Order: sequence, then structure tokens, then C-alpha cells
Amino acid sequence: MPPEASLKPEASLNQPISALAIRKPRIQQDPAWIRWGLTLIVLVVVGVLIVIPVVHVFSQALAEGVGVYWDNLFNDPDTLHSILLTLTVVPVALVANVLFGVAAAWAIARFSFPGRTLLTTLVDLPFSVSPVVAGLIFVLIFGRQGYFGPFLRSDGYSIMPYLFAFLGVVVLLAMYQLFRPTNPAARRGVWSYPWLVRLAGGAAVFALLVFVQQYFEVWPRNESLRIIFATPGLILATAFVTFPFVARELIPVMEATGADEELAAVSLGANGWKMFWRITVPNIKWGLAYGIILCNARAMGEFGAVYVVSGHIAGQTDTMPLRIEKLFQEYNLPGSFAVASVLTLLALVTLVLKAGLERQGIKKVDETVPAEFAAGERHGH
Amino acid sequence: MGIEVRGMKKAFGSFMALNDVSFTVNDGELVALLGPSGCGKTTLLRIIAGLETADAGAVLFDGADASQRSAKDRRVGFVFQHYALFRHMSVFENVAFGLRVRPRAHRLPDAEIDRKVHELLTLVQLDYLGSRYPSQLSGGQRQRVALARALAVEPKVLLLDEPFGALDAKVRQELRRWLRRLHGEIHLTSVFVTHDQEEALELASRVVVMNKGVIEQQGTPDQVVEHPATPFVLHFLGNVNIFHGRVQDGKALLGPLAVEYPEHRDTAPRNAAGYARPHELDVSRNDQQGGGLWASVQDIRTSGAIAKLELSEGEGSLIQVDLGREQFERLRPIVGERLYITPRRLRVFMSDAETPAIPNRSSPARASR
Repeated sequence: MPPEASLKPEASLNQPISALAIRKPRIQQDPAWIRWGLTLIVLVVVGVLIVIPVVHVFSQALAEGVGVYWDNLFNDPDTLHSILLTLTVVPVALVANVLFGVAAAWAIARFSFPGRTLLTTLVDLPFSVSPVVAGLIFVLIFGRQGYFGPFLRSDGYSIMPYLFAFLGVVVLLAMYQLFRPTNPAARRGVWSYPWLVRLAGGAAVFALLVFVQQYFEVWPRNESLRIIFATPGLILATAFVTFPFVARELIPVMEATGADEELAAVSLGANGWKMFWRITVPNIKWGLAYGIILCNARAMGEFGAVYVVSGHIAGQTDTMPLRIEKLFQEYNLPGSFAVASVLTLLALVTLVLKAGLERQGIKKVDETVPAEFAAGERHGH
Repeated sequence: MGIEVRGMKKAFGSFMALNDVSFTVNDGELVALLGPSGCGKTTLLRIIAGLETADAGAVLFDGADASQRSAKDRRVGFVFQHYALFRHMSVFENVAFGLRVRPRAHRLPDAEIDRKVHELLTLVQLDYLGSRYPSQLSGGQRQRVALARALAVEPKVLLLDEPFGALDAKVRQELRRWLRRLHGEIHLTSVFVTHDQEEALELASRVVVMNKGVIEQQGTPDQVVEHPATPFVLHFLGNVNIFHGRVQDGKALLGPLAVEYPEHRDTAPRNAAGYARPHELDVSRNDQQGGGLWASVQDIRTSGAIAKLELSEGEGSLIQVDLGREQFERLRPIVGERLYITPRRLRVFMSDAETPAIPNRSSPARASR
């Protein structure tokens, strides 16, 4: 063996690894014009489709100076109202979707029951239905000519005591399920008949809640309850369109995590409530946060479904995207772009949050998740 | 605390995971549920723990029906196959979990919890790792953390699902020895599930052999090894040679071999098979009994104290013989040579219409791991 050949490996071992990694043999690379050509194409596409429009939004919004920009945003009562309306509709829809999303993901990932596949499909339905159609569905149900139209118009609030009493009973039953004494030794007297407790207790609470609401006249009588062309309709439409985000994020995460840790917690004596908050939530928190962020982004920008149910009453039912469109139609370009810039800013904040979460999530995964789970969880993100 | 399982049945769809299983575990015993994968042993363990519901049957703890009690009230320590450690909690918090989630009225003060967790971590020899996270531990360490966590709630029963399944051979040996010592110290009624017959025989004071949702045999390790109740048990506990034939008039005729079989005195013949373990066969150059079974040597492997011979008999079916070192030195067989085989011991089972699921003779049960 020639002496230089035997020396070579030693020499390369002494080099830093990064230098070895960078210097690739020419044969392993594509020709320069292909590499640079492809890079250029990507840059042009990204520039034309994404960078220029975003820059343009801000330049147009600020075209007539910061003062006008400020006036356009905060001295136009209708615009200000649209911003506030979006900031009320979105959180409510978000809370509803987090509750339903966690419940649906839990049911799908942890249990097998008849109709599980159907539920999985239903969760995805809002993605496949056009938002305009979704809006029309709500108009059809709650509109003046819709199924509940006549009832809602004559005395819509009369349903409210029952609705709220029902919700109260559901919440109480859920609490009972989580906290009930399961140990036979702890069950005494009436507690040894759990079904009796559920039925009688539920009925009593329902009656009490209805009575209280009617006695104190919480809800107006003989008044029309507006859902369509009002805030409830906006919330319904937004929640419907953004429904899949949280559940879709959580199902793969929960499936990858598996039920063993939760079962371990139960076998160690945790009740449902403690198991959920101490084991389930920490395990799904990154997926949940990610789902909330995506859901939030989509909810703020929602146009189609909201367009149908809003009725475009300036200062009443115009959300930010609708306001942008209206200002644009009125040739108020600086005003339109000013609102658009706020929406874009919110989107950018969302993106930054998302990127931060992803980094955090992956770091956490690397730190605390055994290798066999890491792939699955990252897949979920 | 003693455990009694009565008439346990569980089906997943059309698959019968457990079909009328009954057995008891006495106070302080260490019992192994042994069987191939899919035999229902893990399902049975989870039903005892209350993590799974049975279709029929009852679980009794000290004679009291526990079927209606939820997992959280059964006071059962469960060690999961893949440990199921809480990945977002440190080792210390993992072990402390069971103490921290107690209802406030029964919860120990923090200092007490602290002391107890350290005690448990010392017991499993991991006190110095309390602040680590599960992903930073080796498999054996995770296993011991899972055990400490289960012991923290002072369970009355300890259930272990394939406790050493995911560990390499050396760690497995160590943990086995350690677990036996631990059981000797704390005398906790324990049931563990395994598919490894060596593990079951070495650790358990009693072995319950299961197959396809039913119990094939239960008894001490000696009983199941020396007096297997069914061909399945015979197969599952090690290599075995089969000699097919029939029984008639109180005799079993298995090819050239004939042995007494007083259990069947009928004149009507029935199919049967004789079973002999490789070390229960003698080989010799001359036919001592006349009309004996002969086979030609195919392969010889000497490993340590025993020599393994593979002989082929007639239609290519293989017979395995284990010879002691001395015997091997005396005989000095060579490949291709014809040898006579005499079983020192032959267990005969009548094969009914259905033959038990028997793994291929040349691929012994050990290969199913």
C-alpha cells in the first residue's frame, strides 16, 4: 500500500465534520445551471405570489401617510366596529371549536363505537363544503323563510330558558361523570343508584333552571330572535367553517400518544378530571395550540359563509373581511388597504407564533418523547 | 390479597379472546400467565386491572366481587408492556403521581410524598435519576421506574404485562433476578404475562399456560414441565419430537415404537401421537430391543455441555436428539451414519378430530419469540 493512501483517512479524520459534509464530490451534484435555474424560479414565484402582494398591501395602506392610515382605521366608526366584531366573533367560535374539537378527537382516537367512521367524515365535512353553501345552510335553517324562521320571529327567546337549562344539565352530568364516587365503599344511600341520581338529578336541575330563568324574566317575551343578519349567525358560520382544524390536529397526536399513559394514570387512582388535565392535556398541548392558531387564522379571514349570513349592515354585521370588500367596492382604496393591513398583520403574528410553536414542539418531542413516538407526533404537526 | 377469576369471557368482534377462563391466585403468590401472542393473556390481565371490561365472568379480590369497581378503586399496580411512563414528567413526578392524585382528604403532606418517592426510587436503585425524564433512561431503567410508580400507591396486587419483553437478554436476566428478590422481600400478590417459557418457569411459583382464550394447564413450574396436560403445553415449553401412530387395546403403536397405553383399552383404534423431548431419546449403533426406530444422522452441533443431533427418519421428517457430553464422546457419531433411537420416556396423547395447533417440529416453540 502506498504511504499516502494510508495517510489519507487520518488526514480527513482530523478535519472538522462540517467541512467534510460541505465538500461534496462534483459527480453527486446537478449542473450549476439547473441548481440556479430552479432556485430562481422558486424565488420569482414566491416573490410575485406572496412577497409583492404583502408589501403592496402595506404600501397602499400607508400611501397617503400614517395620519390617514390611522384615521382610516380608528376614526371610521364602521371600520372600528368591524374590527371589534371580528374580535368578538372569532374568540367565541374558537372556544366552541376547542371544546368540540377536543371532544371529537377524544372520541375518535380513544374509543371504537358504531358510527366512528361517520364521525370522522363529518369532522372533515366543513372542509369539503363550500363556505357559501355553509352560509346558505344556516340561512335556510334560521332565516326568515327557513325552518325555524316563523318561530324565531314570533317568540324566539322562549326557547332560551330550555336551551340554557339543557346546557346546564349537560355540564352537570359531565361533572358528575368525572367526580362521582366510583368506589363502592364510598357510595352510600342514593349514590348506590347512579342512574337514578343522573335521571332524577338531571330532571330536577333542568326544572329549577327553567323556573329561575322564567321567574326572573331573563329573556324578553314575544320578541324576534335574530340569528341570521346578526352576531349569532356570524359566530355559527365561522365556527362551522373552522370546525375541523382543532379535531384534525388532535386526532393524529392522540393516536400516536396512545391510551396507555391515561390508563396508567387511572390505575394509579386518578379520576377522569385529573387524568385529563395532568396527562392528556400536557401530551396534546402542542397539537392543540397549533390547531387553535390555524383555526384562529382561518376564522379571522373567513369571508364566504359570513358574507351570506351577515346581510352587510355597516356598523352591525360587517366583519373585517366584509368591511375590506365594502370599502374596496366604494373605491376607498386607502381605507380598504388599511383594514387589509391589520388582517395581514394578524396573519403574520399567527405565522410567527406557529413557527415558534413548531420549533418548541419539535424540541419538546426530541427531549421527552421516546424515539418510537417522535415520528408520529411530528407527523401530526 | 388473593385473586379469583371466574368464568371470564371476552370477545372482540367475532374473535374469542377469552373463553370461560377461571383460575385463582393465592395471597403472596407470583403467578405467570404464559402463552403465545394472541392467546388472551394480556386481555385477562387488563380485565383483572379493570382497564378492560369482560363480556361475562367475575373478578374477585379476597372473595369480594370487584367487577363493578373501576380501575382507579381496585388498588392494583399495573406495569404496562411499554411502561407508559408520563413523558412530560420527571422520574420523581412519575413515581409521585399516584400519591398526588389522591383525594385531598387522603393525600399525604408533600414532605411525606417526597420521602416515600425517594424510598421507592432507592428500592429500585434509581434514586440518583429522580430529575431525569423517561426518554433519557435506558429500557431497564424505565422498567424499574414503571415498577416504582406502580408500587407507590401501595397496591394489593401487582400486575405486569410482558415485563421484560422489550429488553435485551442481559438486562432481562438481571431484572428477572431482581424482581424475584423484590417479590421475596415484599410478598406482594403478583401476576405477570409472558410468552417466554424460561421467564415463566424461572420466576413464577405457579404457571398458567393459555392458548386461544382457554387455560391449557396450571401448576407449579415442575408440574407443567414434567407432566404437561396437553400436546400444546408440551410444545410450548420446549423442543419436542412427535411420533404419529394409533392406540388400541391398551397399547400405543407409533411406527416401530410400541408402549403401554392403559387409558385406551378399546379395540377400536384411534389416532395418537407420542412425544419425546430431545434429551429423552437415547441413540445407539446396535438395535438393543429389536425392530427399533432408526434414522440417519444429518447434522451435529456441539454447544457447551450438550451435543445436538439432527437425524432424518424415512420421509425426511427430522428427529432431534440432545446428548450429554460424555455420551457423545463415547458414541462419536458421524454424519450419514445410521443410529437406533430408543425413547427413555414417551408421552402419548390421543389426537381427536381436531389436532392442536402445533408448531412445526423443526421450528420449536422457542422460535416463536
